[in-house]
Amino acid sequence: MKKKEMIAMLLAGGQGKRLKGLTKSLAKPAVYFGGTYRIIDFPLSNCTNSGIDTVGVLTQYEPLVLHSYIGVGSDWDMDRKNGGVFVLPPHERENGSSWYRGTADAISRNLKFIDQYDPEHLLVLSGDHVYKMDYNKLLDYHKEKGADCTISVINVTLEEAPSFGMINTHDDLRIYEFDEKPKQPKSTLASMGVYIFKWDVLRKYLVEDIDKPDSESSHDFGKDVVPKMLEDGLSLYAYPFEGYWRDVGTIPSLWEANMDLLNDEPELNLNDPEWRIYTRNPNEPAQYIAPEAKLKNCMVNEGCTVCGEVERSVLFYGVEVGEGSVITESVIMPEVKIGRNVRIHRAIVDQGKVIPDGTVIGEGREDDSEILLINGDTPY
Amino acid sequence: MKLMGVINLDHELDQLNELTYFRAGAAVPFAGRYRLIDFALSNMMSAGVQDIALFVRRKYRSLLDHLGEGRPWDLDRKRGGLFVLPPDWNDPTDISAGDLQHMHNNRDFFDRSTGEYVVHSGSQHLSKVDFCDLATYHKKSGADVTVVYKHIDLPEAEHDPCFRVEVGEDGFVTGIHNEKGHHNVYIDLFIMEKSLFMQQMEYCIAHGDSYFFRDAILKNPNGLKIAAYEYKGYHAVINSVESYYKNSLELLDQEKYNQLFSKDMPVHTKIKYEAPTKYLEGADVRNSLVANGCRIAGEVEGSILFRGVKVEKGAKVINSIIMQKCVIEAGAIVENVILDKDVQLTENRTLVGDSRRPFVIAKRSTI
Repeated sequence: MKKKEMIAMLLAGGQGKRLKGLTKSLAKPAVYFGGTYRIIDFPLSNCTNSGIDTVGVLTQYEPLVLHSYIGVGSDWDMDRKNGGVFVLPPHERENGSSWYRGTADAISRNLKFIDQYDPEHLLVLSGDHVYKMDYNKLLDYHKEKGADCTISVINVTLEEAPSFGMINTHDDLRIYEFDEKPKQPKSTLASMGVYIFKWDVLRKYLVEDIDKPDSESSHDFGKDVVPKMLEDGLSLYAYPFEGYWRDVGTIPSLWEANMDLLNDEPELNLNDPEWRIYTRNPNEPAQYIAPEAKLKNCMVNEGCTVCGEVERSVLFYGVEVGEGSVITESVIMPEVKIGRNVRIHRAIVDQGKVIPDGTVIGEGREDDSEILLINGDTPY
Repeated sequence: MKLMGVINLDHELDQLNELTYFRAGAAVPFAGRYRLIDFALSNMMSAGVQDIALFVRRKYRSLLDHLGEGRPWDLDRKRGGLFVLPPDWNDPTDISAGDLQHMHNNRDFFDRSTGEYVVHSGSQHLSKVDFCDLATYHKKSGADVTVVYKHIDLPEAEHDPCFRVEVGEDGFVTGIHNEKGHHNVYIDLFIMEKSLFMQQMEYCIAHGDSYFFRDAILKNPNGLKIAAYEYKGYHAVINSVESYYKNSLELLDQEKYNQLFSKDMPVHTKIKYEAPTKYLEGADVRNSLVANGCRIAGEVEGSILFRGVKVEKGAKVINSIIMQKCVIEAGAIVENVILDKDVQLTENRTLVGDSRRPFVIAKRSTI
């Protein structure tokens, strides 16, 4: 294989437990977002747009949907002769088999894959976040600093900090501490789960880590590998990212990030010809808006048939909204069929659900702050 | 029964005025995100046809761009697939003329394909003919060739140039002609065995002919047994601006829309990666077809918006067809208008056409 300056490894094996019913049969990176996308489209498209043409996608939890979705990667322009996208689930080895034990273990177990390209740098990504980022700028910064590892960070509030991996740095952004979900945060810089490592440096650490018993290491970047590098006095830098970045790992945060798209000029512009977000196109005809339909402040995909009223909502492809139905502040996933005179308020309706005529969901609640999830478990 | 396909654009006249100044009729955008050729190709795809030749003579730049290697129709195959065949013939002894030139000079396509039957189609008739069913009918009938027709109760102007099929009680064709009042409209689709097709082609060339359907089938000099297959589903002929406009807007009838875009025979087209369409505050959209990537803050009624169209605040789009990436600025009004791609209508401008003869604005104009 031809040498590559940098290749990416995308961690996509997580279940995303906090998304409850949405991740019953698919991994979190395959969860739908923004009317047509799946979360993994964002890091994959970022790679394509940054000119990174070799990506290993590490899968583990419920991989069927992800595997068939990624395919040969042609939708992200990653069907390449030299490089491309590779799905890498855990596999049996000579000395036994096990699941990926942590984020670092997932990479360690694919050294052969990475070594084929003999990269200078390794980009480690997570398939859990929605953002647009030029990884080349990160690489330039990483090289300029001569860092062994550069971690992309985003400013959060002190209140939000305890739910993130926080990065404590000196004034020159050199990292001295990685603080996983701190009770008393010392900074407001949260790790975005985007790292660049010098590959020869990381490789040594991974080889060391993989042989440690589980009692000594959880084989995780944030908990084990990065702290060990800091302990050894390696040069780690934080890269301050500016722009929209969301962890859509819970029902409320997924809902909110969808709602963010409805602003007149959303922070996350999905229609930027210079930074397209690529996705598998379901090939549906143009949406049909009936004479009695009303649409306001919403996002609607192709293949939808709208005969009712839709306001402040996101409709994925192939959704039908029957006559007299009113959908407000909701996210309706692909191929949901909504009957007549249905009312849905502040809910996420999962793919393929059929909502019978006259059903009322989430309307008339005294406290409507909770976002309801309507999926296969809902008894209609 | 293995089929091979020919989409022959040689006798299609580019009569869609501004829409066909620089593109073949087959490349005219339709129904918000398609081009006319997509319908013939998708029907072939649905029937599992994997060897398809497209005979084009002129204005094929935008067709080539649209079709590429045929991936959206699953035609990027190791063996066979899509062959776009513009004229490139240099044999000085070649005496063929008209569409027979294409057939003669692309003999290799026919010889190499493993298809036993040739399905021959144009691009102007939109239909959902099931080619497998057609092939079965053809084989059962024992005919040499089977032509497909649609019974039209009230033929209109767009049907005038179409051939008509006289059918006897036994289901065989007794005559093909061009009498305007006749109801059985030939929808530019026939099937015949490849070996017979080749033989008839040679005969036509030897006799100085120039139009395979007319000279081999309509005139029928060799007494071929011609069966008629009646097609009863969705049908439209697009051969003029008026028929384009009328048949486009008829898709706003949900029943017609569901017929053309039936789930069991999906229509495929070149993929664009647009975000879903956004309806902003002040949007008032009714009775319309809207593709992805649009941004609508104004009023849209009885219209078709292609991908990436912007309708600004206070703008009105009524009974119009607005193609890819057009911008209707604030306060502008269009009614009974067809805007080709990338047209910009500046603030407060009003453009009104006649409901039977829409006003057509050429690609990339600013008004």
